[in-house]
Amino acid sequence: MAKVLVVTSGKGGVGKTTSTAALGVALARDGQNVVVVDFDVGLRNLDLVMGAERRVVYDVINVIQGVVKLPQALIRDKRIATLSLLAASQTRDKDALTEEGVAQVIAGLRERFDWIICDSPAGIERGATLAMRYADAAVVVTNPEVSSVRDSDRIIGLLDAKTEKAEKGERIEKHLLITRYEPSRVARAEMLSIDDVLEILSIPLIGIIPESEDVLRASNLGSPVTLSNPASAPARAYVDAARRLKGETIEMTVPADKKGLFDKLFRRRAA
Amino acid sequence: MNFFGFGRRRSSAPIARERLRILLEHERATAGQKDLMLVLREEILAVIGRHVAVDPEKVMVKVDRGSTMSTLEIDIEVPNVEMRLVPA
Repeated sequence: MAKVLVVTSGKGGVGKTTSTAALGVALARDGQNVVVVDFDVGLRNLDLVMGAERRVVYDVINVIQGVVKLPQALIRDKRIATLSLLAASQTRDKDALTEEGVAQVIAGLRERFDWIICDSPAGIERGATLAMRYADAAVVVTNPEVSSVRDSDRIIGLLDAKTEKAEKGERIEKHLLITRYEPSRVARAEMLSIDDVLEILSIPLIGIIPESEDVLRASNLGSPVTLSNPASAPARAYVDAARRLKGETIEMTVPADKKGLFDKLFRRRAA
Repeated sequence: MNFFGFGRRRSSAPIARERLRILLEHERATAGQKDLMLVLREEILAVIGRHVAVDPEKVMVKVDRGSTMSTLEIDIEVPNVEMRLVPA
């Protein structure tokens, strides 16, 4: 049965789009039929992170307005056959995203895919609430930093109030994904620890993504980190998170890059 | 890039710069205009529609935008029964 997953956070810049792309690739490489959907109408970026920016013809608003049918707007990934993208529109009015329209698009996607991963815009306005509206599960992306944790708390409240599942009295599955985590700074008590964040937000942890230069490199290349460098620490963390989403039990660790002696001697000073 | 830089991967920033340059050039040029691809699709379909009945759902449009040129690929399923050319 298809599963609709919203990747959300409240705060901008914490890694929603990066995580949508990385999880989408990880699930698709695992043989799942996956579509990643950009809900950030007016400011789309998932196409760029997925490396498909030159190939966008139609978007989700075109589908809602009936200009094209859903299959015509889906962009098949050139590298992974089981992965597709549905882009957000770049120019059109935000109000073009309607509740009925989103319901219809999600229903159409449910017939075609195992996973529908919705990349939410930042904020708590219409775009964000519509992205989560029909979700079965949510990945709340949080940085170990005060404003991000606070905004995640707001979003968790919205998930429990504004989603269709919540309104029907059902529980929406919520998972915490901590990104940009730096163990060395936590050790020096400069950064909130995993336990601190978990204690405050009290939703189950799905993964811990370490801060890494590989993530920036991946968006530069337009190739999600789970595709461009699967052996890297963040990619392994995303793959583990994707497997947990599928229901597998995997021990929670913070993958680390193996560092050579030179790195240890010289790069610490530079950091 | 450190002193012991051998064996390090090619830097990714030049690729990012080039991707953005192509994308933004296109987006700035088309801001506020009707999407050329939508216009082309409508007009090409209208021309073909004068001769045969085409199911709009059997039309796939693909685009690849490049720096100096782009490609437009339109895949139309034309039913066999109507293949006779209607004299203009």
